[in-house]
Amino acid sequence: MHILILIIEIAVLIGVVLLHVAYATYFERKIIGHMQVRLGPMRVGWHGLLQPIADGIKSFFKEDIVPEQADKPTFLMAPIICLVAMMTSLAVLPFAKGWAIADVNIGLLFIFAMSSLASYGVILAGWASNSKYTFLGGLRSMAQVISYEIAMGMSLVGVMMLSGSLNLGEIVEAQSASWRSMYIFPQCIGFFVFFIAMLAETNRVPFDLPEAETELVSGYCTEYSGMRYAMFFMAEYIGMLVMSSIGTICFLGGWYGPFQVPFLPFFWFILKVYLFMFVFIWIRATMPRYRYDQLMELGWKLLIPLALANIVLTAVAKSLFA
Amino acid sequence: METKTIDIPVANGDEELYRLRMGPQHPATHGVLRVDLDLDGETIVACHPQVGYLHRGFEKLAEHRTYVQAMVLTDRLDYIAAIANNVGYCVAVEKLLGIEVPLRARYIRTMACEMSRLTGHLLWLATHALDIGAMTVFLYCFREREELLNMFEMLCGARLTTTYPRIGGVRQDVTSEFMERLERFTESFPGWIEEYETLIDTNRIWLKRTQGVGVVTAEEAVSLGLTGPTLRGSGVDYDIRKHRPYDAYEYMDFEVPLGEAGDIYARYRCRMEELRQSNRIIRQCIDQMPPGPIVSGEAPDLVMPIHGHRRLDFQASNSSALIRFMDDNRLYMEGDVYVSTEAPKGELGFYFVSDGSGRPYRMHIRSPSFIHIAALPAITRGELVADIIANIGSIDVVLGECDR
Repeated sequence: MHILILIIEIAVLIGVVLLHVAYATYFERKIIGHMQVRLGPMRVGWHGLLQPIADGIKSFFKEDIVPEQADKPTFLMAPIICLVAMMTSLAVLPFAKGWAIADVNIGLLFIFAMSSLASYGVILAGWASNSKYTFLGGLRSMAQVISYEIAMGMSLVGVMMLSGSLNLGEIVEAQSASWRSMYIFPQCIGFFVFFIAMLAETNRVPFDLPEAETELVSGYCTEYSGMRYAMFFMAEYIGMLVMSSIGTICFLGGWYGPFQVPFLPFFWFILKVYLFMFVFIWIRATMPRYRYDQLMELGWKLLIPLALANIVLTAVAKSLFA
Repeated sequence: METKTIDIPVANGDEELYRLRMGPQHPATHGVLRVDLDLDGETIVACHPQVGYLHRGFEKLAEHRTYVQAMVLTDRLDYIAAIANNVGYCVAVEKLLGIEVPLRARYIRTMACEMSRLTGHLLWLATHALDIGAMTVFLYCFREREELLNMFEMLCGARLTTTYPRIGGVRQDVTSEFMERLERFTESFPGWIEEYETLIDTNRIWLKRTQGVGVVTAEEAVSLGLTGPTLRGSGVDYDIRKHRPYDAYEYMDFEVPLGEAGDIYARYRCRMEELRQSNRIIRQCIDQMPPGPIVSGEAPDLVMPIHGHRRLDFQASNSSALIRFMDDNRLYMEGDVYVSTEAPKGELGFYFVSDGSGRPYRMHIRSPSFIHIAALPAITRGELVADIIANIGSIDVVLGECDR
């Protein structure tokens, strides 16, 4: 019986998240459209509301092309690795008090592990396609993920120290002791580093080098088509959702807000996540792209030292005031 | 030519260079340019631009057409600023045939030329920004370019391939609605330029991507044959509009913006200033527009018969038709002429060898894009893959003009 409930929970979560992904693309296209003095999707359905569905059906029925020179099993597996890793990390996210499928004590660590695993998918895709652009894209992605994962992990150490836990639910609860029940104020340096590393982790502008279309055509997914391409796409958007959720949980006080919204315990959580998503999109509409070496420089020379300094500061502050 | 002294990492012995063939089907090579890159990691060791994918043989085609008929070919050179090419062609043919253009036509041409410079520079800014990753500027620029293209449509009925000027003048007179619309445009355009600048000019990432990248010193730029804003970005004061004025440029009051550093940012600043100066020139044309005829009475008819065979030695022929036309030797002058004009991309030159047959014996086009692409290996040596994209954008090439 317990397993049945769990399966239903998982099915509901996957359904909701996939719909979310579909409409996150709509959200993005509409917002970017209006920022760029155009309308965005308007044709399919009222104000283009059915556009994501149409896109989904289209990519589902497209031919799944496998290049002749590709390493076939790896090529076919890579997008699945990406998607599965991203989806798995959804399991530990608490959307409201007690609303997590797996309320594990190493939630934060689990998410790091999964997002690192997803980068395997990207690297394998770049390698297996046996094309020069994808290869360069895969290499870039590998270097980027390694350097920004470190900065990101360290930026969250401060949060772990303050809350004394790796359990995502407990991190949220621990924040209620803080001002406005958010860690963003005591951990402003950590948040700054986390935010930039988050953009880089999810391969978003200005760090979208692995798929920089003007340099590497489409980077690691150049050779993919149809549903397999859509899988990478879904993985990217789920990645955005996961990272926004981590930001919300660790710095913005999770599901707590100024007042309780009846019947919708996840209201504030979703609102904050979409705030993050909006900033993602806003940045995409505004920023040019970093160059590869500049990206590395920023990661190693600025973000990692800052994150380290933040750890020291937090430790000193905690031992003085606690 | 002094070579750049950059510490270029060279693969030693058994290490192989990674050859990346970029283009001709690539989203950022501005048409069908193919660049073969020898890479060491992401560092460019050698860069070999390959052109010719858009070759349509215009120079040869022109040999079988009359001077009037050959003009439509020039629209397809730099197709994003067609009027500038048309005017360049007309100025050259007029010099060959000795035609004096009425003042009003010269003013209209100057105005149309500067409008096409705006369209050219706006498209450059749009694609250059997109190449570096700033996608919003792309759409903002197209908004204004659209307005200019609509005005071209008012002017002559076509948006891209205009063929608006005629040998000895222009095709149609400007209407008062057109002038009003253009005046409104010139009033709001400086504000729009500021809008682009707020988006990218103060952006740290933009500065990091453009400053100190793709540096060309003044001597290098001259010896590579660079012209236009690409040359002026290195601080060389050379603008044909100023130094060998044609049409109505001698009456215009404008500045030639110069850069210093010779990097991508300097070239970017030059073009942005040129947008303002072009706007100023258009404004002056509107204010000073003189009355009078718009086409010279000496201009050849639109449909001009072709007579005789193509030849250089007039005396050897005994074609009666040719002799008849040689009586009117003003139109069918023998000899050669080279005239260059300042197109948005740089110095656009037309070289004609005329044998008196009414068709060019040889038409050579000195296209700035071709020469700029040839300079690409020197500019991008030792830089990164991402920089080559920024550099292609900053030397501003269009392959229609390069391959002809």
